[in-house]
Order: sequence, then C-alpha cells, then structure tokens
Amino acid sequence: MELLKKTNIDFIGMRKISFIISGIITLVGIFAMVQIWRGTANMGIDFSGGTSVQLKFAQPIHMDQARAALAKHNLKEANLQDIKDGNKLLVKVGKTTLETGKAADTIQDVFKKEFPANPFTVESSTEIGPSIGDKLRNDTLIAIAISLVGIIIYIAWRFDFKFGVGATIATMHDVFAMFAVFFIFGKEFNLLFITAALTIAGYSLTDTVVVFDRIRENLHKNLKVSVITVFNGSINEVLSRTIVTSITTFLAAVSLFLFGGEVIHDFAFALVVGIVVATYSSIFVASPIVALWERKALSQAEAKA
Amino acid sequence: MTKGFGSRVVLTLLFLLLSFVFLTPTLVSKLPSWWKGMMPTDKIHLGLDLQGGTHLVLEVDTVKAVEGALDLIATDLEDTLTAQNLRYKRIGRIAPDKVQLTLYDKGTSDNVQAQIKKKYPEMELLSPSEEGGFVNIQIRMNDKVAQDRKDKAVAQALETIRNRIDQFGVSEPTIQREGINHIVVQLPGIKDPKRAIELIGKTARLEFKLVDENVNAAMATPGTLPEDEELLMEKKVDQTTGAVSETPLVVKRKAMITGDLLTDAQVRIDSQFNQPYVAIEFNSTGARLFDQVTAANVGKRFAIVLDSNIYSAPVIRERISGGSAQISGSFTEKEAADLAIVLRAGSLPAPVHIIQNETVGPSLGQDSINKGLMAGLIGVLLVVVFMTVYYKASGLIANLGMVLNIVFLMGALAALGATLTLPGIAAIVLLVGMSVDSNVLIFERIREELRLGKTPSAGVDSGYDKAFLTIMDSHVTTLITAAVLFQFGTGPVKGFAVSLSLGIIINLFTSLVVTKVVFDFCLSRLRVKKLSI
Repeated sequence: MELLKKTNIDFIGMRKISFIISGIITLVGIFAMVQIWRGTANMGIDFSGGTSVQLKFAQPIHMDQARAALAKHNLKEANLQDIKDGNKLLVKVGKTTLETGKAADTIQDVFKKEFPANPFTVESSTEIGPSIGDKLRNDTLIAIAISLVGIIIYIAWRFDFKFGVGATIATMHDVFAMFAVFFIFGKEFNLLFITAALTIAGYSLTDTVVVFDRIRENLHKNLKVSVITVFNGSINEVLSRTIVTSITTFLAAVSLFLFGGEVIHDFAFALVVGIVVATYSSIFVASPIVALWERKALSQAEAKA
Repeated sequence: MTKGFGSRVVLTLLFLLLSFVFLTPTLVSKLPSWWKGMMPTDKIHLGLDLQGGTHLVLEVDTVKAVEGALDLIATDLEDTLTAQNLRYKRIGRIAPDKVQLTLYDKGTSDNVQAQIKKKYPEMELLSPSEEGGFVNIQIRMNDKVAQDRKDKAVAQALETIRNRIDQFGVSEPTIQREGINHIVVQLPGIKDPKRAIELIGKTARLEFKLVDENVNAAMATPGTLPEDEELLMEKKVDQTTGAVSETPLVVKRKAMITGDLLTDAQVRIDSQFNQPYVAIEFNSTGARLFDQVTAANVGKRFAIVLDSNIYSAPVIRERISGGSAQISGSFTEKEAADLAIVLRAGSLPAPVHIIQNETVGPSLGQDSINKGLMAGLIGVLLVVVFMTVYYKASGLIANLGMVLNIVFLMGALAALGATLTLPGIAAIVLLVGMSVDSNVLIFERIREELRLGKTPSAGVDSGYDKAFLTIMDSHVTTLITAAVLFQFGTGPVKGFAVSLSLGIIINLFTSLVVTKVVFDFCLSRLRVKKLSI
C-alpha cells in the first residue's frame, strides 16, 4: 500500500502562510513562558512548592461541600479537581504557612471530620517545599539549555551551521507550541510536562534531521538546479516516510492518552500535540529557513564573482 | 550469502536468550531451586509510582550541627574552668560560629587562652578585647572546619536514618545522599507512611534535666527565668479522648545526662497498669552519672526530655544504681516501639526538615501498571496492524524488530537493575511508535531503489546503506536529549530517560542488524523473487 504516489508540492512556496501561523504560535508560547516566569500560569507544585492529595471516596462527593469544608479550616485557596471515574478528588494547596509534612495531614483531617459518613483512602499525596521547587526549576532550565546547545553542536558538526540553526529554531518552535497549547487549555506546567517537551524536542529533531539528510544528499547531486527546487524535491521525497512515522508514533501516543490513566493523561496529551507540531515544523519551519538563508548566501557569492 | 550472516544470527539469538534469562525472575513467580544458584534472581524494579510507597527528600539543618558543636565546646570549657577553680562571668555561643568567654582578669585570660590553644587546635582564637573591666575571648570555628563538621553531620544523619529504617522494617529501602545537605529516602510499599516519617524526622535528642520547683512554671516566661533555666512543656495525651494537655515546667538548661550514654532501649509492659514503657540501659559512664545524680537529688523531680518535649518528670524516690531506668508516658505500644527505635539508633546530629514528600497508595500504583500495560498493548497492536497493511510482508519484519526491541529493552532494564516507572512505560510505548521509524526510512529507500529497477536483494542492500547515516543521526540527536534528561532528572523523569536512552541504543541494533538478517534470510535461503513491500 502507498498513501502517496510521487508528490510535487511547493512547500517552500507556502512559507508566507506557514510563517504567519508559526509566528502566532511562537508568540503565544513566549507569552505563556512569561506568565510562567511571573508565576501567573497554572504551575504544578513541582515548581511552585505546595501540597496535592488525591482521595478516593466511598460515595460521590460534592465539590461545593468539599470546598466549603476546606474553607472552614483555613484552606480557602485549595484548588479542587474532580476525577471522573471512581469518586476521586484531587486537592491542591499552594505554598502555605503550614510546615511541609503537615498540609497533607491537615487536608485528610478536614475530610475525616467533615464527612465522617464517607470514608476515603489516600491514593497519592505529594508535598514539595519551596526550596526544592526552586531547585527543580533551575535544574530544568539548565537541562533545556544544555540539550539545546548539544543539539546545535551535533547538527553543526554533521551538517553545517545554517542547518544547525534551522533545526534548533524548528525544535524551539515546537517547544513554544507545546507551551502555547498547554497555556491555552489551562493545563498544569509540571515536571512531566517538561519531560514531554524535551522528548518532543528529540523527536522533532529526528524528523528534521531526516529531511536535512536528504537535502544534503541532493545538494551534492544536483549542482545546477536552484536551491529551492532541491529543498522542495527532498521534502517531497521523504514525505511518505514523514507521514508514516508520524502516524505510528501518533498511534502509540494516542493510546497512552486514551488508555494510560489519569496520572499520565496530561503527559500523553503533550506528546500527542508535540508529535503533530514536530511533523509540521520539520517541513514548514526548518527547511524554509535554511533554504532562504542558503539561497541568499549563494546569490551573494555569485554577486561577488 | 551476505558476509557475517551467521555471526549476526548468533548475536541476535544470544541477546534474545540473555533477555529471557534476565526476565525470567519477573515473569515466573516461583523459580526452581536450581535456578537460584547461578542465574539472576532480581525482578525488574518498579518505581514508587507503580508499586506505591513514599519518596522523601530531607534537608539536614547543618547550621544547627555547627551550633551544636560549639555549644558542646562552651559546656566543656565551663566544666574545665570550674574544675580548675578559674572564675568566669559567662561562657556561651554568641553567633552561629563563635563562642565568647567573659573573664574577670588578664591573668586568667592568658591561662585560658593557652589551654584553648592546646585543647582545640583547630579553632581560631581571636585576639582578646577588654570591655568594662572584663576580658572577652572569642573563639571561632573557621569555615573549613565548619564545612567538615556539616559534611560529617549529613553523613552521620544518613547513618542514623538508615539504622532507624532498618529497625522499623521496610523491605528494600533506598537511602542516599544527594547534593550538599539532602538525603533521599525511598520506602517502597510502606503501609503507614505517617508513622515512618515521624520516626525518620525525629531528632531524638534525649536529655535528663532537673526540674526547678522554686519557680512557678505557670507564671514564668522565658524572659523572667534565670539564665541557666528554660521553660519546657510536658505533653500528656488522654488515651480515651485523644486530647492533648500541656503542662509547663521549668528545668535546668544543662542536661545532667544525655542519650548518647545509652546502650539499649526496649519496650516493656507495666504489669500493674498494663501500660507500655521504654526500658533503657546506660553504659558505664552513664550508669555512674545516673547513680551520682539520683543520689544527690532524692526528692526532686527529674525531667526526661526528648527534642525539647518533656515525656515525663518523675520524682526521684531513691538513689538508682545499676544503670537502668525507664521512660514512661502516656503513649501507645506503637509510639513506645518507635521511641525505643530512635533511642537505639541514636540521635540525629542536626534536625532534618522534610522538603519533599511523595506518597503513592498501592491501589493507585496497581491501577497505573494495569493502565500502562493496557495502553502499551493497544499501542503495539495499532502499530502492528498499520505496518502490516502498509508494508505487507516487510511490515511484518519491522513488527518483529519492534517486538524484539521491547523484549531486549525489558531484559536490559532487568539486567542493569534499572527502575521501571510510569513515565518509563510511557517512554516504551512512545518507542514502539518511533522504533519502526528506522525501518520506515529503510523501506522507503528500498521502494525507491526498486522503482529504479534494482533486484530485490540489491534494493535491500542499498536501502540499508543509504538509510544508515540518517538513522545514526536521528538516533544520536534523540540520545542527546535523553542523556540530559537522565543527568538532570529526578525520580520518574530519570526512569523515563533510562527507558528512552536504552530503547534508542537497542533500536539501533534491531533496525540495522536484526531486520537485515531476516531480509537476508528470506532473500537468499527462501529465494524470494519479488519483495513484498
């Protein structure tokens, strides 16, 4: 079976539309990052410090009653989240005056006292002190920076500098897009999200590298044809591979999203979004940047000669 | 016949065999006895998010350790000067790193300075100053010694916590030092995390202090007390109602006897009231001191203080010799057992604070495994179906490679003793999607070659050749991010990175070696004329 016969799509020619789309995505992504920096985004307690307790009740529990009960015990700022299957309730409290190690107990005591007829079990409880939150955030930023530098160095060594920059921009574009989508959907930024973002960075790069490899091969073959033609031709040649791989990876990520359970639900969602964006960016972002840059360099060289 | 065909087959089968050998303990619930002698017996370690348990990060308050060391020096100097009948006005710590001695005259000052130099050569002696007719000598712990002290405090805290957990009885706990002053404790499958956390976090500084009954404790405030006394609370829990009552007591600041003179602590049951108590045994120094102190203070109250809380303050009825005593209080049998553990394991050299506490209940862990496996199975099936439809027989070869990938990866995880976490399962599922990528790259190349009119075997060979560099490049770039995740990640993220990087390396092998072997076999042995791709 073949999804695509030989195609001849002018991808580079679509750059005006794609650059506008990508520009908007990137701006939203940067805006999301600024909000994270200012602490106004939905930050997971991994980074901000705080407590989260997941309780499984014997009978359904009303959110309003739960909220009122917590407010009565000075936990007004608690953030409640209902988990659809199985009478579960996720209670989150940000940094409080309560000592680490006490907030989770306090929350449990409140429910024991206020709902004595509805017993519960603690499914999970996480408490993160503010100092470790800062440490995790710093470590994460360092991790992202180091992997980006590592990627630029490797690609620059295997291809040349222009390709390295193109691949890095495309990768960052994907990371921004993931931030943007998470921000718009009001999802939580936590360690698992960062893990997903870095995974997608790796995946996006794989996609870009495959396209670049073919471009480089064809550049050596056809010295006469215009740069844009070579780029377009190469993208078309690997197009069916790009789509097939995206489909298989997408299928795997979607099954995680649908069947993986609540704990990795958001993580899988990030992967699904990332795979779509990464496929798009390897075609519509990475290659046009390098193509235009390469053409400019060539015409300048000709002008001199 | 392609070169090296036989050796590649042998290599593949060897890896397959090894994987199954390492996976057997995980797959087979009861190993035969002959297996245990020479074969691996470790199951794949499950992360706490999969089996339930508690992950703690403790921060050792190392500043307090230095302060404690200086307090000891101050007390020691007090005792030394008193023993030599040298008069002093005050000796005490005045800053986190400084002890000051206030003496009456310069003659004593010179004498004391000489003694300090001899006794504490590692301490810095600042030049003495005169103030209102007194001579002040300051000694300072320099940064290097203080750092050393802090380092030792963390190491010692680690040891103490390990002792406590061992006695508490947790199977396969992990207790590691992380960074400068952090200790990571993992307690898999623990049933009562709250109790364990209290046990670990207790400083457990046991002190015996004399009660001063001349001061009215109910009226006293810290400001009105004499300098050598302090106000502590005696906590009593009513066994039936659970209500906590606090009674203030004024005690001497200086401890007569401390917990480091203990040799043993055991829980006993008081036959008269059916109440648990902790019986303690002193070493010879402790026994002698206890004998002296009780003899000199018959009729007075003696407070048993643990971490600045008074457990009980019985009246000394008679001189107690022989080196044993008991701590009674209104505690439950569990509390008594935990108290005995912390007393046996010794006190922490500095207080620890819990800065991260993640607890996953066993039911959620099991739920996560089931769902993770389900998601994985569905993911595999979807990919298998897609690849078979799209690439026909060649798709089956890619599927074989993918399944081998999973088996090798599981084997490698078991062999390396790596920990499988929930994100780790997610990584494996994602790898299922990505692992066929190398084959897709190769197949697309083969299709191109066949379109150019090459024979099946020439097409396969040049397909593999041409895709080789691309596959290397794409794997190395992913490996870079995986390595960074591994280096900087903690807990589940690290588990994800381990699965991801192992998977990438294994995939390189299966896609370049294993699937090629299958192609070579089909083309040369089965004499396939037309490639199904």
